[in-house]
Amino acid sequence: MTTIETEVARRDLASEIDGLPGFRPRLSVEGLSVGFATSEGHRPIVHDVSFDLHPGQCVAIVGESGSGKSVTARSIVGLAGRGARVEAEAITLHGRDVRTLSPRRWRDIRGREVGFILQDALVSLDPLRPVGAEIAEGLRLHGWGDRRARGKRVVELLASVGVPNPEHRARQRPDQLSGGLRQRALIASALALDPDVVIADEPTTALDVTVQAQVLELLEASKRRGASIILISHDLSVVAQLADHVLVMRNGRVVEQGAAAQLLGSPREEYTKALIAAVPSEDTRGAALSPGGRRLLADAPPAPEVLDEVVIEARDLVRRFRAPDGSATTAVGGVSFDLHRGETLGIVGESGSGKSTTGRIALALERADAGTVTLLGKPWSGVPESERRALRSRISVVSQDPLSSFDPRWNVERILLDALPRQAFPTAAARAERIRALLDQVGLAHAVLRRFPLRLSGGQRQRVAIARALAEAPDIIVLDEAVSALDVTIQAQILDLLVALQRRLGLSYLFISHDLGVIAHLCHRVLVMKDGVVVESGTPDEIFHRPQQPYTRQLIDSIPAFEPNRIQEKTA
Amino acid sequence: MTLTSSSETDAAVPGREAGAPRRGPATLRLVAGKAVGAVLVLLGAATAAFFAQASLPGDRATVILNIRAGQAIARTPEELAPINAEYRLHDPLIVQYLTYLKGLVVGDLGLSYQQHRPVIAIIADQLGATIVLTLTALAFAWIIMVVWVTLTAGRGPVVNALGGFFDTTAAGLPHYWLGIILLLVFALTLGWFPVIGGTGAVGIILPALTLAIPLAGFLGQATRTEFERSLDSPFVLSARMRGMSDVGIRLRHVLRHAVLPAVTLSGWALGATISGAVVVEAVFARPGIGQVLVTAVSSQDMPVVIGIVMLVAAFYVLANLLVDIAYVLIDPRLRRAS
Amino acid sequence: MTATAAPPAARPTAPARLRRQPWDLYAALAATAVFALAALWPDLLATQGAFTMDLANTLQPPSAAHWFGTDEAGRDLYSRVIHGTAASLGIGIGAAAVSLTLAAVLGALAALGNRATSASVGWLLEVAFAFPALLLSLLLIAVLGPSILTLILAVGIGTAPGYARMVRGQILGAKDSPYVEAAIALGHSRGRILRQHILPNSLRPLVAVFALSIGQSIVWASSLSFLGLGIAPPAPEWGALLDAGRPYITVAGWLTVIPGVVIVLLALTTTTLGRHLQSFLEKGEK
Repeated sequence: MTTIETEVARRDLASEIDGLPGFRPRLSVEGLSVGFATSEGHRPIVHDVSFDLHPGQCVAIVGESGSGKSVTARSIVGLAGRGARVEAEAITLHGRDVRTLSPRRWRDIRGREVGFILQDALVSLDPLRPVGAEIAEGLRLHGWGDRRARGKRVVELLASVGVPNPEHRARQRPDQLSGGLRQRALIASALALDPDVVIADEPTTALDVTVQAQVLELLEASKRRGASIILISHDLSVVAQLADHVLVMRNGRVVEQGAAAQLLGSPREEYTKALIAAVPSEDTRGAALSPGGRRLLADAPPAPEVLDEVVIEARDLVRRFRAPDGSATTAVGGVSFDLHRGETLGIVGESGSGKSTTGRIALALERADAGTVTLLGKPWSGVPESERRALRSRISVVSQDPLSSFDPRWNVERILLDALPRQAFPTAAARAERIRALLDQVGLAHAVLRRFPLRLSGGQRQRVAIARALAEAPDIIVLDEAVSALDVTIQAQILDLLVALQRRLGLSYLFISHDLGVIAHLCHRVLVMKDGVVVESGTPDEIFHRPQQPYTRQLIDSIPAFEPNRIQEKTA
Repeated sequence: MTLTSSSETDAAVPGREAGAPRRGPATLRLVAGKAVGAVLVLLGAATAAFFAQASLPGDRATVILNIRAGQAIARTPEELAPINAEYRLHDPLIVQYLTYLKGLVVGDLGLSYQQHRPVIAIIADQLGATIVLTLTALAFAWIIMVVWVTLTAGRGPVVNALGGFFDTTAAGLPHYWLGIILLLVFALTLGWFPVIGGTGAVGIILPALTLAIPLAGFLGQATRTEFERSLDSPFVLSARMRGMSDVGIRLRHVLRHAVLPAVTLSGWALGATISGAVVVEAVFARPGIGQVLVTAVSSQDMPVVIGIVMLVAAFYVLANLLVDIAYVLIDPRLRRAS
Repeated sequence: MTATAAPPAARPTAPARLRRQPWDLYAALAATAVFALAALWPDLLATQGAFTMDLANTLQPPSAAHWFGTDEAGRDLYSRVIHGTAASLGIGIGAAAVSLTLAAVLGALAALGNRATSASVGWLLEVAFAFPALLLSLLLIAVLGPSILTLILAVGIGTAPGYARMVRGQILGAKDSPYVEAAIALGHSRGRILRQHILPNSLRPLVAVFALSIGQSIVWASSLSFLGLGIAPPAPEWGALLDAGRPYITVAGWLTVIPGVVIVLLALTTTTLGRHLQSFLEKGEK
């Protein structure tokens, strides 16, 4: 039997099987469009989305913020939101048209036929109730058993998603559970009635990477048991892990869709290509992530050598905080590092690892209970602020949320003017010229000067923050989760900009992030932090390929593999 | 001034197992701290009240005698001597202050200038009626507010704007005016209620409503904001996705979150309601400390004024202490928020 | 490379907020104009003098001749309300000014003073806050005796602790804000940060609060007058009109209802103005 014959036979068989009632798509969406009524009239959000969801299959909808992916998911279960107008040629769930269902019938379907998992359980489970009550609620609403039976079922469900000591955990509130456990509880509540369609809307956003790995594993397990999953995500590496079929959405339209391996491995559309190219990882070191970045890096001088000169020397930093209940916690417990001129030093760790506090001590915005920081050979920590002020111009900061770091009364021009050292730019003309130069450096049009940060996009705001950080021509910039809140293509642009600026100006970066891919892409050296101490440090090569410590290994293993080429090989 | 204040956001409990049962002693310490604070506030209030009394212009003995006699004339030392002895006005101020404080602890608020009776007895006669009125009003306010907000919040911009407009308007209604309107409409025109309210169950309804409606508006403003916020929150979406009905979501999930700010405000509102009661008692000619207070203020019978003011302050402080505790019960996350 | 041309990304899609016409603002502005006219040039609006008696027409209900009716001495209530506007508004504005000045000073001390100052001022505020505003006012009236100045002081001081707490909260919020931290990181001095960021951002909302509190103060003051502890009849001040009408509630309800309506209207007007001012200031310069 030749390969061709097999192919044909397989296809026949496949179409026959597809015809069987049990193998028809569980959910079929055709020509879905959603708009909202606003004061300016009808505002379309989603245009003409179609896809089929087959048994045991995972369809992923990928897109950046504003792409309409969440609205799409919610429209499928009739919860698009107030003022929404949903139009479709067909939405067929389990063989029946659901476009005209009454609210009552919808309530019957939700939870029983379709389970919905939202992001972080800390906000997606009622923070005032024990998780057990939340799980039991789904059972109660669909008339499952009596109170005692439900109580028993809750414990079973928690056990089935791998929550140890489930009797005890069921009585705790989300904030009393660790990130991993409460996320499991959230999944248990969505799967309580064993729905065969599961919609997961950004199920791993804002989670630590190790927790993310656990969540993906649970979703994969439920897929293996035959559930069909719609996965909504902005994160291609998460999608690559789970999806069989991918829709790429942008501005409410499907840009491209197809089998996961084919779409991620050899995308046809420019936008899909840009999206894939924008994911930072170890493999992208030294390369541009964004289309515009390529020219930017080509124009910049080649990467300078990292010099031996130490610009920040931190020794045995300790910082304790007193919790409201009076117990002391050690946020930073003996951290030492050197940052060299022209170097990017990454600090990576999960939430609560003490990485941000370390950064704040380096900036002398937080005092250290013990240990010293030396900046450019001069004492920096432990001296009065008035003594530090002269040195402040040598070090600046870019934070995760630039908007709150701007005085809300000020426009961009005022913000930048305020950051200029007065002695260096004594005349108005000199200041105006300097500001224009700064805008050019960060790639902003001069027209933004008159605008207020509230009216700028996330990427523009972060550029303004970088321009402000550059205003005093510092030697060092501390970047605290500076790209974490940005969409991946915008993140790519900012990362490219940071690399170009470092090459041009010889800056040293202390780069703090929870995102291992970004760290691997950008840093010369990496510190891995956990529970306030540095577990391991080394070059990205050492950390990512030869991790010595169990924790580092666990962290690296948790990164969802995103190697489009490998996916292609797998299925070829 | 320390500008480098620390934010504790990143201090998120490394090395402490989430959910470790530390709550008992922590909650106790919290309550104890609040209790000490409450006592300090009361001490301050007592001090302020004492010096307000002592700062009455003119010779105290003369003032007292004139108030008692109801006429303002000069007095001879012989006339003043018994007064000075009775009120111990020749003691040094600090001794008078300490005596006053000692009296407070054992519940002795001094002697009325005018009625020549212990203040505590005068207040005790009238306090019950006022407290019943205040608590009834608070209960009415909560009922009105919860029903109104649950019905109108999160029903689209038009209904919600309307609901909010009523909240604002109700919150701004002066007690005396609302009282008169209710009196005119329900007692005089419709005749459903007695014009001059007795202390009976029917007589209390109009006065309590007069106090409750503005209070409901006030509490409703805070609750409505929080209600809307909660309705938009992910955990509500989760509940909808479980198949929960809108009514179920409003009652089981959202309401509990939404009333938290109103619980906090209720302690303050209780104090405000008592002062509102002063006006309402005047409108409806109800017995209560309001009447006593107004008479005492206009005749400058300071011990009575101060006694009542102190009592209300104590009531306020106690109410807030209870509110703090209630808050811990409704929102067990308190230890994080504090 | 040019600026990212993406429109503001995460614009809230659902539920669409209808942007209403600010009809309430227009109404409030119109009402303000009328109140201002009545306060500054009462003779333009009034049909009679404030004290013109007409014993032939006592306790007349509202009619074409007497829009708001007449009182027990046959005085035209409408004209008395108009003539009382200046006094009532004056009390309201005066009390609001006293209240917010005190609040700004105490709040700033509590938030910015050194450890001892902020602790003691903070404690003082807690103590003052323990007295409900009306009782604090009554206490002051008991000590000082009733007069128009006492009324202004009593209402001003009575409502100050609440606002002072608000100011303290605002300043503490600004002090802890990321933009102040950013200014520290830029190496700016404390004085400069205080001047440039903390004070403007925390005191700006007081402008709106001032508008709000004028109406509130007039309500408080009229409550005191109603109790007979404010301005005494036959002065045409609104609270005094209420007090004067009290004995006739059963026979001439309009004598208390109508001045009450005027007070409520004024309170609504300043509240509406204050709210719009507030949301305008919050939204910032567009």
